[in-house]
Amino acid sequence: MPTFTLVHLEYLSWAALWTIGLSVIAFIGGGILGFGVAMARIAPSRVLRTAAMVYIQLVQGTPLLILLFLIYFGVAILGFNQVPAILAASLGLTIYASGFLAEIWRGCIQSVPKTQWEAAECLALTRWQRMTRVILPQAIRIATPPTVGFMVQIVKNTSLASVVGFIELAQAGKIINTSIYEPFTIFVIVAIFYFLICFPLSTWSRSLERKLNVSGR
Amino acid sequence: MSAVVRLSDVHKRFGAVTVLNGVSFEVGRGEVAAVIGQSGSGKSTALRCIDALERIEQGTIEVCGHAVHDPKLDRRALRCDVGIVFQSYNLFPHLTAEQNIMLAPTCVKSLSKADARTLARDVLARVGLAEKADHYPEQLSGGQQQRVAIARSLAMQPKLMLFDEVTSALDPQLTGEVLKVMEDLARGGMTMILVTHEMSFARKVASKIIYMHKGTVWETGPGAIIDAPQTLELRKFVGGEM
Ligand SMILES: Nc1ncnc2c1ncn2[C@@H]1O[C@H](COP(=O)(O)OP(=O)(O)OP(=O)(O)O)[C@@H](O)[C@H]1O
Ligand SMILES: [Mg+2]
Repeated sequence: MPTFTLVHLEYLSWAALWTIGLSVIAFIGGGILGFGVAMARIAPSRVLRTAAMVYIQLVQGTPLLILLFLIYFGVAILGFNQVPAILAASLGLTIYASGFLAEIWRGCIQSVPKTQWEAAECLALTRWQRMTRVILPQAIRIATPPTVGFMVQIVKNTSLASVVGFIELAQAGKIINTSIYEPFTIFVIVAIFYFLICFPLSTWSRSLERKLNVSGR
Repeated sequence: MSAVVRLSDVHKRFGAVTVLNGVSFEVGRGEVAAVIGQSGSGKSTALRCIDALERIEQGTIEVCGHAVHDPKLDRRALRCDVGIVFQSYNLFPHLTAEQNIMLAPTCVKSLSKADARTLARDVLARVGLAEKADHYPEQLSGGQQQRVAIARSLAMQPKLMLFDEVTSALDPQLTGEVLKVMEDLARGGMTMILVTHEMSFARKVASKIIYMHKGTVWETGPGAIIDAPQTLELRKFVGGEM
């Protein structure tokens, strides 16, 4: 009867790296896309604002699982060969993250008092200068804790990437389980791995929040 | 003498509420105009219209050669000529006093960092805050913040300065230091329009008093009209204030 050994632990460690890698890709991709959508969400153009709002609603209203299926099978229907798992997973998580980050950041940008916009406007700054020199530096301080908090969500949601055949932590756990059938041991260890990745992020987010409250006004 | 500011028959509504109901007045070069009146009479709104912060429904506003009422107005060009200071200072909290002042000259007028810093030191000295250049707004008193805000506007070398109750949020002892800065400016020949509740200050510094009532200019004239109001409303207002 095979049991859980160091070999399995090593396998899980590799999978954990994939989980981290996929999280980083989703965060960077989602961050870039999400920033663009956040900007569009508060743009002077009504068309842009509406388009951004529809995008956010669609992404937030679609379960990540379905989003991943849509990308994985949808692309195949469009006549391409099946997408590699990593690509489908990255794309799905990027879109998912962008929808949420856009909304978090829009809120942070809009929580900077209107009088700050006005003061910058009265100094003849262009809209872009107002945004980059006055509003964003203040919004970033407000945005950091919820953004780091959302990174935890991204890490946990990478586990869904297994449905498109991507082997990350959760999927690696399942694979080991089919060979040694010790589900409790295996998934406790998998859970510990997730915890080890997420705990520093949550702690960081909390400490950022505390710092912000101390120096906040 | 060509007017720096000319409002004629300006109407401004917020929804169903008419806030400015045919406002007309002129302010000439080097003139200091004090706008007084009850709360809600439209003083702030008039000032905001002059700086194109509000769109007007009717009438014309000319400021330093800009047709402010024109939809094709170049707002940034207008704002290079007009400085405005609000009751709530509105300094940028993430920047030091000096950086607050340097921002617009470097961004808008493409001044070098070094030149902008020299300029910042210069305007800070004019408001008596040379030694506070590296302080963040939260490290300054209300009066000091307001003086930095004035310095920030001055750094753009405006032809016209607008002040909206800039001392209303301040303790009496801090009010004095801000009023002194404004008095120095007036003496230096700056064209100014100030909304104020400081009657004695208006009386002393202003060459023209504009009394607003119910969205119109009810009475206007030299400082002396405060002592000898022609209308019942101004008499009541002055009586209540002093
Ligand atoms: N953005 C706005 N939307 C709707 N109503 C407004 C707006 N700004 C001002 N008003 C209304 O317009 C009227 C005049 O306001 P304004 O601020 O110009 O008065 P004010 O003379 O400056 O008064 P105060 O001395 O209290 O500052 C008020 O009744 C106010 O409620
Ligand atoms: Mg007012």
